[in-house]
Amino acid sequence: MSKPILQLIDISKEYYGNRVLKKVNLTVYPGEVHAIVGENGAGKSTLMNILFGMPVIHSTGGFSGQIIFDGEPADINSPKVAMEKGIGMVHQEFMLLPGFTITENLKLNREITKHNLVSKLLGEKMKSLDMEAMRKDARKALDTLGVDIDEMLPVEGLPVGHKQFIEIAREIDKTNVRLLVFDEPTAVLTEIEADLFLKAVEKLAASGIAILFITHRLSEVMQVADNITVIRDGEVVGRLTREEATIEDMARLMVGRKIDRIEKTKKVNNGTDENILEIKNLKVDMPGEVVKNVNLNVKKGEILGIGGLAGHGKIGIANGIMGLYPASGEVIFKGEKIKLNSPNDVLSRGMAFVSEDRRGVGLLLDESIEKNIVLTAMQVQRKFLTRILGVNFALSSKIREHAKKLIKELDIRCTGPEQPVRRLSGGNQQKVCIARAVTLEPDLLFVSEPTRGIDVGAKKIVLDLLLKLNQELGMTIVITSSELAELRSICDRIAIIYDGKLEGILPPDADDTDFGLMMAGGHSDKAKEVS
Amino acid sequence: MSQIKKFIDNFGYTRIIIILFLILLFIAAFALELQTKSLISGILNRAGMNMLLTLAMVPSIQSGTGLNFGLSIGILCGVLGAVLSIAMDLTGGRAFFVANVLGILFAIVAGYVYGLLLNRVKTQEMLIGTYAGFSVVSGMCMFWILAPFKSPKMIWPYGGRGLRVTVSLEDTFDKVLNNFLLGQYNGIEVPWGLYGYIILLCLAVWLFSRSKTGIAMQTAGSNPRFAEASGINVDSMRIIGTILSTVLGAMGILVYAQSYGFLQLYTAPLYMAFPAVAAILIGGATVRKASIAHVIIGTFLFQALLVVALPVTNAVLPEGNLSEVVRIIISNGIIVYALTRIGGGE
Repeated sequence: MSKPILQLIDISKEYYGNRVLKKVNLTVYPGEVHAIVGENGAGKSTLMNILFGMPVIHSTGGFSGQIIFDGEPADINSPKVAMEKGIGMVHQEFMLLPGFTITENLKLNREITKHNLVSKLLGEKMKSLDMEAMRKDARKALDTLGVDIDEMLPVEGLPVGHKQFIEIAREIDKTNVRLLVFDEPTAVLTEIEADLFLKAVEKLAASGIAILFITHRLSEVMQVADNITVIRDGEVVGRLTREEATIEDMARLMVGRKIDRIEKTKKVNNGTDENILEIKNLKVDMPGEVVKNVNLNVKKGEILGIGGLAGHGKIGIANGIMGLYPASGEVIFKGEKIKLNSPNDVLSRGMAFVSEDRRGVGLLLDESIEKNIVLTAMQVQRKFLTRILGVNFALSSKIREHAKKLIKELDIRCTGPEQPVRRLSGGNQQKVCIARAVTLEPDLLFVSEPTRGIDVGAKKIVLDLLLKLNQELGMTIVITSSELAELRSICDRIAIIYDGKLEGILPPDADDTDFGLMMAGGHSDKAKEVS
Repeated sequence: MSQIKKFIDNFGYTRIIIILFLILLFIAAFALELQTKSLISGILNRAGMNMLLTLAMVPSIQSGTGLNFGLSIGILCGVLGAVLSIAMDLTGGRAFFVANVLGILFAIVAGYVYGLLLNRVKTQEMLIGTYAGFSVVSGMCMFWILAPFKSPKMIWPYGGRGLRVTVSLEDTFDKVLNNFLLGQYNGIEVPWGLYGYIILLCLAVWLFSRSKTGIAMQTAGSNPRFAEASGINVDSMRIIGTILSTVLGAMGILVYAQSYGFLQLYTAPLYMAFPAVAAILIGGATVRKASIAHVIIGTFLFQALLVVALPVTNAVLPEGNLSEVVRIIISNGIIVYALTRIGGGE
């Protein structure tokens, strides 16, 4: 092969003392399609942000290592520099102006202009657009991709697939483009569109442009990539060529062996045969986490894990059942159908929820710990109230007593029950959230992302606490988490959600390959159903 | 030193600056040999007069609709109650009572409708509220002209259509609260009756904030998504807050009117929300958090400023109505300063 267009040498990056990339090396040649695969949070996006000189990298202390572009060391400190060097990026979100035509969008800020009478007098700024030339360029770019749409159509109302193609066309229209980065380009495409897209990628590569391709869809990787780099926890864990790679290998590398199971000492509650919750055809319209059709049963007394990659809808399930986002379908709790879209109904039936959005939904940041703990129980179950002259007043003494008890039991580190929760650490804030849920004395507890944003020590404490609630109080717990290792450490069964639907259910000690395959979708037939 | 800094941080720079300015004004007043005793009586009277209108800001802030710039809606309800009580030919305490009952009834209905409106324009409440207030004031102008009232106390003495711009309350409920238990101490007047009434209402608002509904309302205000997740109906809590605020506005204007001795119709209520907004902001409230203490401190500071600033500027700049201009600059300046601090700090 010729000399490499891009070399990344020993790239490391820390966010606030948290290492997200550890000495990553990567080499890309012209005309090569190079796929980067990895779980959420593996460090793929950070790597691309470094390559593209995004401000977020430099505002958090920069990175160490070296980027060599086209044989020369490059100092890419802003997206503008990256673009000048010929690095193009196709974003996940569309950055298009809806009211403008395809041509105008393609040529935005790079318009071809020609002189007219006024501009000859008043200078460059007054030149008019050379629409004919712009149209030709747009047509050429679209043809390269093999898309047959009129270049003068407005972008508004076009199908998502076409928008994605326009994004790509805009990048390839830049004459100097040498390297194109695609960040999960097929996530929003239908299968036919994805096929079309992959063909376009191959065409582009054939014309000598190097392509970096980030995706979760392992089958696509097999289809187009020449070389594959697998990243896990900020480290390169595997480099494969298309010939030697198999989907199973990639899945195993992606998930990796990192189980640290907290053994259930007393195996009292592992779930009975009785279903406490039956979810039928649940659809939830939660932006970014759409649930398309989930059927799932939760057994009384178990800890059920819900896993899957970000954006596939696992977060939406608990939020939908709790009535926080519009939901439809049927949910049966303890034999009775619950009213959807009504948090009050769900709470009063004996379900509680610890939200993944701790600071947004989970806490009243400026209020005291005690208020945060008792508020939901007070509103829903009329606890901690006293009736004077027909009006319900809060009973401070009882609230204080209860708060003190829970602070002690859950070991919430604070100066006292009156301390505002804003001043607590992430782990202790999470304990306050759990304390509020426990105050409701629920039969079923939903916990979403229980360890997000809290430090390692606190993570174990929170997981132990959930296990204790399950073992000692017999509480059924449904944990939704992006961290598979965490689910595998305490759950009895793990349901994997892919593309808004249940892909399969696995036991926590199932093979890494199975987890990886399920999370990447399309291999449900290989899954072992456990009951 | 650090302790002084901590104290200043706690107390707030705004309030310290205003207190220093106030002290400066008092020194000036003393130097200019103005009547300090009448100034103090004036402060006590003006603060009492405006306190309830400031208190009306508390439920609206707590329920999350921000400062109630549409307070004029409540004010109009109170004025309407008063006009009806005069039309019924009532006098004294009874007139005041009936005016309150009617005013509260109107305010509940108006507050409910206004609340529905505010629920449709979330995050824009203050701007929309200002203009909703303006429109209702203008609409009521037509009512004052067209309403078929016959009482000679209210219609123009020379005949014609409509009510007067200012209606004297001399024969109805002028100073019913101010003169009730009025204390005289060495030339300083303290209207104990007025303050008793205010303390009673402050207590009621405080008690409400300790009730189940009150706590739900504050939760809806401080974090709507949390409230939703706790089974609280955020929209109806916002409506409750708006109704309470409107009711307090109606009661507030009646206290104001009995103290002033006149009922002001037509465009007078147009800008009445602004001094109340300024007062509670000076008191230390923010758009998200307000307490009774903010109301009391804020009303005293703001009214003291106006009461003292006027005669002082009059003495320093006797030309024309410069003092009035200064008053407007000061009170609007305070509002601007306080509003720029929205969302700043905890």
